[in-house]
Amino acid sequence: MRTNVEIGYDSKIEGDVIVTRVDAALNWFRKNSVWPMPMGLACCAIELMAVGASRFDISRFGSEVMRFSPRQADCMIVAGTVTYKMALCVKRIYDQMPEPKWVIAMGACASTGGMYRSYAVLQGVDHIIPVDVYVSGCPPRPEAVLDALMKLQDKIGKQPVLQDLVAVKVLHREPKAVA
Amino acid sequence: MVTALEQAKKIKARFGDLISEQAEFRGEITLNVADAERIAEVCRYAKSDLDFNYLVDISSVDRYGDDPRWTVVYHLRGLMHGCELRFKTEVSEEKSELPSVIGIWNTANWHEREIYDMMGIRFRGHPDLRRILMWEGYPYFPLRKDFPLAGKPSELPGVAFTKPAPLEGGPFVTVAGAGDATNREPRVREPEK
Repeated sequence: MRTNVEIGYDSKIEGDVIVTRVDAALNWFRKNSVWPMPMGLACCAIELMAVGASRFDISRFGSEVMRFSPRQADCMIVAGTVTYKMALCVKRIYDQMPEPKWVIAMGACASTGGMYRSYAVLQGVDHIIPVDVYVSGCPPRPEAVLDALMKLQDKIGKQPVLQDLVAVKVLHREPKAVA
Repeated sequence: MVTALEQAKKIKARFGDLISEQAEFRGEITLNVADAERIAEVCRYAKSDLDFNYLVDISSVDRYGDDPRWTVVYHLRGLMHGCELRFKTEVSEEKSELPSVIGIWNTANWHEREIYDMMGIRFRGHPDLRRILMWEGYPYFPLRKDFPLAGKPSELPGVAFTKPAPLEGGPFVTVAGAGDATNREPRVREPEK
């Protein structure tokens, strides 16, 4: 059985050394510095701006900057209605993000098409890109978006990083199923 | 202080049989223009002589089953005298074309493009009549009454695709004035008998 355990230490007793797994360390780095790429398409973008502002500060959670360049971002937050006309652009920008990348579908329109069951609205952004966390609401409260970010951080914390890397790349084996 | 009624009477005096008697509803004057081909002439007179220098909106109605099928509605306003006027013309489906008023008000550019995109009515003399809300190459006209709300599947590789939206039994409608919020909740309802 494989677990990710973060060991606290007392520097008076153990000195300035911490012992952990590489996976745990890499995941800790990744989850505490998730830089979002705001795909702000409609009204949810206003709430996303509120999340980035000072009252519901998102940079407390490590998302220090909203990187508008996909090349420098980790997580795409799709905030707003995705129309069929815009779907190609969203997919193209998602493809330009380097690995590892995650997606938060913020609000009803990004998750399922929302109240727009019509000829012009994509019924959920998960038709074109893989979504990690869905947030409901129209628009969701900023606290809900922060909760989604925390859930994403939990998910990142559990990802096997080095094990798959070693098993696949170096030893040319299939990655093992996670127990 | 000019009123819309006086302006309407002046237009009727100028154009005679082309303009119907004005209909009035809650203080708003509507004039029916019998021949859609001459709508540009009427609008040019309204702008130059009667100082209706602001085109508020152009709208279109699909009278599915009636002939002529399209009604195009022009809303005019004069910013100086504050009067509002409405023109309605009818276009049959076989023709689906009428002259553009873009030479009179430049704002008609996008209004007419939207009408072309949603209904399929063409405007003669428009310099750039292409789709504005949907994409070039989309095969349908979405706001026609025979186009379903959920949409039809289409595919244009490299541009966009559409799929019909799941409607779960019908559009969710509310009942205005039902009193309780529970009764007014939007849900699938049978049409009133």
